Amino acid sequence: MTFEHFAIGTGIVLLFLMIPAMLRIVKGPTALDRIVAVNVIGTKTAVLLVVIGVVFERVEMFVDFALAYALLNFTGSIAAARYLHRAAQRGGDAPTGEEEA
Amino acid sequence: MIVTILSILLIVTGLVFFLGAAVGLMRFPDFYCRMHAAGKGDTLSSLLVVSGFALYQLNDIRDFPSDWPVLLVILKLLAVVTFIYLTSPTSTSALADAGWEDGIDPVIEPGHENHLEDDCRKPPVSSPQP
Repeated sequence: MTFEHFAIGTGIVLLFLMIPAMLRIVKGPTALDRIVAVNVIGTKTAVLLVVIGVVFERVEMFVDFALAYALLNFTGSIAAARYLHRAAQRGGDAPTGEEEA
Repeated sequence: MIVTILSILLIVTGLVFFLGAAVGLMRFPDFYCRMHAAGKGDTLSSLLVVSGFALYQLNDIRDFPSDWPVLLVILKLLAVVTFIYLTSPTSTSALADAGWEDGIDPVIEPGHENHLEDDCRKPPVSSPQP
């Protein structure tokens, strides 16, 4: 058993750990629950890209992808948080408040 | 060899923390509890797993001056670690603030008061004058 097999196993475990976050996206009672779950999946994807780079022995290429993906993930969650914050402070009906789904 | 064992140890610890984050995200009763589990677990476990892979890259350095690109890869992996370490708590804080302003109430046990109820939540601003 080489380190590549271990890396493949790590990737598979990461993939299976995305399932609870996916269920939380489907279930989550508020919109912010879904955003948190998307954030979790994005962080796991950034780690998974590093794992893929180790498996294919091209880490020097995939690490750039991981960095860019982490940056996009951060920007997306900050934008969603600012949007909901402003919408709540305006006092109007935010299109994504507490929705009893 | 010892480097490989250490990196495997780091990665397995990181996966355990990922499992904790996933279970917490699934089972906690409340938005803030779920955000607590997701934020902390994800930050620490990403740090551990990526640091483990960065440590494993040390095996590729056989003679130093000619193998300098590996050192660049390790620096980039540490840059990913630093970036996640800085941004994940920031986004967690921003999302929790947005949730509080959005009116999501925490689950309080009966018999306890929500002391933050009247202090922190700003009254809604009336519609701005044109």
